[in-house]
Amino acid sequence: MIEVKQLSKKYGSKYVVDDVSLTIEKGTITSFIGPNGAGKSTLLSMISRLLSKDAGEIYIDNQIVGQVKSNELAKKISILKQANHIDIRLTVRDLVSFGRFPYSQGKLTKEDWIYVDEAIEYMELEDLQDRYLDQLSGGQKQRAFIAMVLAQNTEYILLDEPLNNLDMKHSVQIMKVLRKLVDEKGKTIVIVIHDINFASFYSDHIVALKDGKIVKKGPTAEIIDSCVLKCVYDMDICIQDINENKMCVYFS
Amino acid sequence: MKKRYLILALVIFSIASVFIGVSNISPLDLFSLTEEELQVLFVSRVPRLVSIVIAGMSMSIIGLIMQQLTRNKFVSPTTAGTMDSARFGILIALMVFSNATPIQKMLVAFIFALLGTFIFMKILDRIKFKDVIFIPLVGLMFGNIVSSITTFFAYKNDMIQNMASWLHGDFSLIIKGQYEMIYISIPLLIIAYLFANKFTLAGMGEEFAINLGLNYKRVVNIGLVIVAMVSSVVILTVGTIPFLGLIIPNIVTIYHGDNLKKNLPHTALLGAVFVLACDIFGRVIIYPYEISIGLTVGVIGSAIFIYLLLRGKAHGL
Repeated sequence: MIEVKQLSKKYGSKYVVDDVSLTIEKGTITSFIGPNGAGKSTLLSMISRLLSKDAGEIYIDNQIVGQVKSNELAKKISILKQANHIDIRLTVRDLVSFGRFPYSQGKLTKEDWIYVDEAIEYMELEDLQDRYLDQLSGGQKQRAFIAMVLAQNTEYILLDEPLNNLDMKHSVQIMKVLRKLVDEKGKTIVIVIHDINFASFYSDHIVALKDGKIVKKGPTAEIIDSCVLKCVYDMDICIQDINENKMCVYFS
Repeated sequence: MKKRYLILALVIFSIASVFIGVSNISPLDLFSLTEEELQVLFVSRVPRLVSIVIAGMSMSIIGLIMQQLTRNKFVSPTTAGTMDSARFGILIALMVFSNATPIQKMLVAFIFALLGTFIFMKILDRIKFKDVIFIPLVGLMFGNIVSSITTFFAYKNDMIQNMASWLHGDFSLIIKGQYEMIYISIPLLIIAYLFANKFTLAGMGEEFAINLGLNYKRVVNIGLVIVAMVSSVVILTVGTIPFLGLIIPNIVTIYHGDNLKKNLPHTALLGAVFVLACDIFGRVIIYPYEISIGLTVGVIGSAIFIYLLLRGKAHGL
């Protein structure tokens, strides 16, 4: 369980995350939604220790982030920021093997390679494993980075806009994988996502943020509500029920 | 570019290098060498070969490390002010201690090279406009500023001529008793190899590295210390070999990618082979005179550098 208590971050005198408290349950997908500049990514970065906080505390399984050794934390929680900007010429297999770094410090044992192979298989990258990252399409690249995170084998996986630059087919593919990871492997996933329909279809909980504050948090059905969304996005959003899911129509 | 071909080329060029020179020693005489020929071999030819191989390997490897740590293919000791700062350090050592020992010179050069490289890294942090070609240009400008300060003080103290010897790489002056400091590079290169995985990881960016529990700042600092130390050692024994740390790693990474653990051996081998070939070329072309290595590598290297720049632009590297 991740607990965030009265967390704040300011740049200059402006609070980008302002007194945010929330709890993330194990074995769920939680989506952070909100307009640009709401502080979603900043919040995610602070939870994963990439960014320092100005006030508040973060607990992961009752341990305070910041007091745990960075290398130990790397076995518990992983974060993937918008990975499309990393332009290093590594093969997919090499990249995935770096996911084992917290355990092996670069000297991979047989057991480490088993995790690497499993991750590659899980993300269906067997045919691409010897290709260089710069030879892959956006969707394949994203899958390779997620495979690396899988090899890292952390209980908590944080993803910052994992669907960025992906087309519909690949977006659905990635979201299905994330759902599968939660349902089959019991992972806990937190994503920052812009497309509220993906959030609505795939997440268990949603945290809606605006101007660094939480507008509302709760089970998906409670947040995908025209009143709440009006408050978050300042837009009139019509909500339709499709099968058992709620679909937001906001194009007009 | 298979490793075994590189090793083969290294062996062939090494043998050629030992037997090329004004005083004629033939491989056939190897078992019936006169006293004088033995002298030539062990005082001049072998030290020369050893320093060529070590300098070629070290400069290429530290270039590779710098490119990885700065995440820019065009950064190297020559294009980041490291070499210029080391030279400034040597000058200061000569000015402060009137009879500076090689070790004193090396240490002062090391401190300056390290400081210079740190300043360059700080400038890099502050640059918002991260164009691949803009960054090495900033490095070159920074290097030139340092180097003009060096020239100013050298001029004031009548040491311009002294300086020339560290400006131009030259293997012809290497003889037994004056080159041994270059062996300091070897343990540093071994450390670099042990840290290869960490450098690769650091090259993926600070956030990426922290996610995997790497102590990013420490790894970058260790890398920079190795770079500064090796630069100072090479500059004091051989002089500046321009562009070497730039072209060799670039050629290798085109074929073997950016995983340091995999491409370090290739980089070391290709670096040694390239410098050996350039050295032999320089010794043969106007025989019995020779062209210094700084010039040969400078001319060939800058041509390759321009080619890589244009290629990089086309490929959006």
